[in-house]
Amino acid sequence: MGRDPEEILEATLDTFPRLLLHHAKVRPNHPAVREKDLGIWQTWTWRQAADEVRALACGLAAQGFARGMHLAIIGDNRPRLYWAMAAAQALGGVPVPMYQDAPAAEFVFVLNDAEIAYAIAEDQEQVDKLFEARPQVPSLQHVYYDDPRGMRNYTDVLSFEKLQKLGREFDAAHPGFFEQQVDAGDAGDISVMLYTSGTTGKPKGVCQTHRAFIEAARGGIEFDRLTADDSVLSYLPMAWVGDHLFSFAQSYVAGFSINCPESAETVMNDMREIGPTYYFAPPRIFENLLTQVTIRMEDAGVLKRRMYAYFMQVARRCGAEILSGQQVSTADRLRYAIGNLLVYGPLRNVLGMSRIRVAYTAGATIGPDLFRFYRSIGINLKQLYGATETCAYACLQPDGAVKLDTVGLPAPGVELKLSDHGEVLVKGPMLLQAYYKRPDETAEAIDRDGFFHTGDAGLFDGDGQLKIIDRAKDVGRLANGALFAPNYIENKLKFFPYIKEAVAFGHGRDTVCAFINIDLSAVGNWAERRNLPYSGYTDLAGKPEVYDLVRECVEQANAELAQDPALADSQVQRFLILHKELDPDDDELTRTRKVRRRFIAEKYAVLVEAMYAGRDRQHIATEVKFEDGRRGVIAADLRIENVRTLSTTLPKAA
Amino acid sequence: MRDQPHARHAIGDVILRAEGISLRFGGVQALTDISFEVREHEVLAIIGPNGAGKSSMLNVINGVYHPQQGTITFRDRSARRMSTHDAALAGIARTFQNIALFKGMTVLDNIMTGRTLRMRRGVLAQALYLGPARREELEHRAVVERIIDFLEIQAYRKTPVGRLPYGLQKRVDLGRALALEPSLLLLDEPMAGMNLEEKADMCRFVLDVNEQFGTTIVLIEHDMGVVMDISDRVIVLDYGRKIGDGPPDAIRANQAVIDAYLGVVH
Repeated sequence: MGRDPEEILEATLDTFPRLLLHHAKVRPNHPAVREKDLGIWQTWTWRQAADEVRALACGLAAQGFARGMHLAIIGDNRPRLYWAMAAAQALGGVPVPMYQDAPAAEFVFVLNDAEIAYAIAEDQEQVDKLFEARPQVPSLQHVYYDDPRGMRNYTDVLSFEKLQKLGREFDAAHPGFFEQQVDAGDAGDISVMLYTSGTTGKPKGVCQTHRAFIEAARGGIEFDRLTADDSVLSYLPMAWVGDHLFSFAQSYVAGFSINCPESAETVMNDMREIGPTYYFAPPRIFENLLTQVTIRMEDAGVLKRRMYAYFMQVARRCGAEILSGQQVSTADRLRYAIGNLLVYGPLRNVLGMSRIRVAYTAGATIGPDLFRFYRSIGINLKQLYGATETCAYACLQPDGAVKLDTVGLPAPGVELKLSDHGEVLVKGPMLLQAYYKRPDETAEAIDRDGFFHTGDAGLFDGDGQLKIIDRAKDVGRLANGALFAPNYIENKLKFFPYIKEAVAFGHGRDTVCAFINIDLSAVGNWAERRNLPYSGYTDLAGKPEVYDLVRECVEQANAELAQDPALADSQVQRFLILHKELDPDDDELTRTRKVRRRFIAEKYAVLVEAMYAGRDRQHIATEVKFEDGRRGVIAADLRIENVRTLSTTLPKAA
Repeated sequence: MRDQPHARHAIGDVILRAEGISLRFGGVQALTDISFEVREHEVLAIIGPNGAGKSSMLNVINGVYHPQQGTITFRDRSARRMSTHDAALAGIARTFQNIALFKGMTVLDNIMTGRTLRMRRGVLAQALYLGPARREELEHRAVVERIIDFLEIQAYRKTPVGRLPYGLQKRVDLGRALALEPSLLLLDEPMAGMNLEEKADMCRFVLDVNEQFGTTIVLIEHDMGVVMDISDRVIVLDYGRKIGDGPPDAIRANQAVIDAYLGVVH
């Protein structure tokens, strides 16, 4: 057949326990896991890790855990909890990592849904929650814990050490049992069950096979050329698909080491000490890091502040281009090199990002300034796209073709297309096998051709990169049939610091119009600097100067929309600034501060009509609820303004 | 499942006995004929209005003040004039009402100072970091790291104490006292000036110290909720005299205490 030895090897390494034993054999003394404990980084090699997993698996077996059972794993990122996953898998069981910060009441649903009988908890806090949930979870029989602190007087639980001791005795009494169990495993077995967050309805258990996660891990490893010498910091919830891919699956496939921080508060410090080469974080973490840098720079001396300001300006101008290998003038290259010596290098060091080769962000839209900041100081930050149902693996941005508003090209092995409604459909080996005990929902999510319906609406740009624009159910059509993605437009507007909320209208209409909420503190500050007196939100929102300010923002957003032929028709033609702030107390926003577009359209139907009727003023009186429960009326004459739109221009590379 | 709310070491024999303690500063009678006992593994609270002599009482126990009359017996050693050094050597550690830490030094170094008494090597050997001194330093560092882990202050290991918020400074102060590995821990208003959350944390740490290491604890505290919650026994001082001594419930019902301290409408 002409297959090379590596391929044959890959074919036999088709479950995680087999990968573990493989690494223990070929790189026994290579670090597999590090954890900072009592101030010192402790290391376990692949051989040691394999021994730990073996003792744990045998201990579970001695306790009656067997093929097909589910093992709940609850806690922060701890080596022992990662080993518990492999131990359950070695026995043909399924680990079910759960969100450690959920209250006991939320544990109940998942524990019952997954029919959990065995659970491994990190510490007293998690054990207490399990016991609180237990009266409502009849199946839960066995609880084990990692950290003995405060557990002295608990009965009915077993420590990790005792469990492993039982395991070693069992192993000695049953030689060959462990190997036999690993041999019995199949690539098509369920390797893990990850629960979706349940923002829409009850959480669903996503069943992923060994094959799915191994294929997804392999694809990503080849794409970014990861090796056994890479290292990651494991600090995101173990129940989250991203952590499972990066800290478990990819580590087991490539053989690189994972590093568990000392505690949630020490992550930044631990990161600096470890200097990971591969890093993953949601946008909010990148934002926190930048905020901390900014605050510390403001406290620095004048000289440092000036230097920082100057070189950050240089970086903004050419840093990202240099990283992407684009053409940059020699003078700028020289300035950037000096800046790298004086500012960017030390800054990367402070952030613990000196050694990073590949960093990813996903999960939410990242702000353009934020994204550019990291790239401009030489950190190879990229975006990816995926879901729990696709092992967090569907699209990846290749080096040298990183764009702000895309999530990359379809990843190796992934087939991707758009439905007639613009919904992103994916197919590949990394798809979920099923939602646990929900055949109806599984059938709904995976169509007859084997494509998974992501629920996201997207577009391909000129280079074939996918751009996620909205949730598919929110996407509409303009009267001329062009795509209308309200979230996408609103997010574009909300990236301006002066705009707090935006609501776009356009489904079934000729043009797009928008309501704007200004950000009271940002615009208030702006007004003060201009000696513009105002008495409150309503007054400030009605100022002609503020309208001018917002119009500039909307025009910029239009310019960006015009670059994309599919969205050029969605440019905002008219807008008004609302006389009151949208408020969850008035049911205009959800508690998580998402706009309730339909409710707003009905409540302010007069304003919507006025915008489309071409009027330039409209009177409105709105009843509001105050914080103390009283009701009042806010009335105002709102101005409606037109905005310049652009004809479609050629797309410009980021 | 816990056996009981605070399963812990059973309260044992008397380890400290104060007999007929009287303390004067010139014409001011700070303490008058005070006698009480502290039993092993118990949590004893001393309460009383401002100026009642609570801090003076702690200062007498660990040798800062020497009473004009009376004796302190700690583990069969009686002394009227015990030095602070002797008290520390005997295993009595304390924290202070106005945090007594080196503000410019890191958390780690501050807690390390609590190990000074346990260091055996000479100044020269330590300065040159010779083999035995080095080994000793590593042992002490290990103890300090366990305390840091216990108090959950890993994130601030290398932070100068002066930069920490007040509640955390108090926690470091406790850590410094714990570094002595004391058998008797004196806490002078460990929760003063804290917000609710910091108080709850501190309560938990105090109870954990008692529960895990079996440390006997004598604390001064003004927050009655805290006192009634965490102490096994309460002593009440008023104008330098002891007016009550008993379990929290008895103290709550004691008329003299209510009049002097817990509050009556005059």
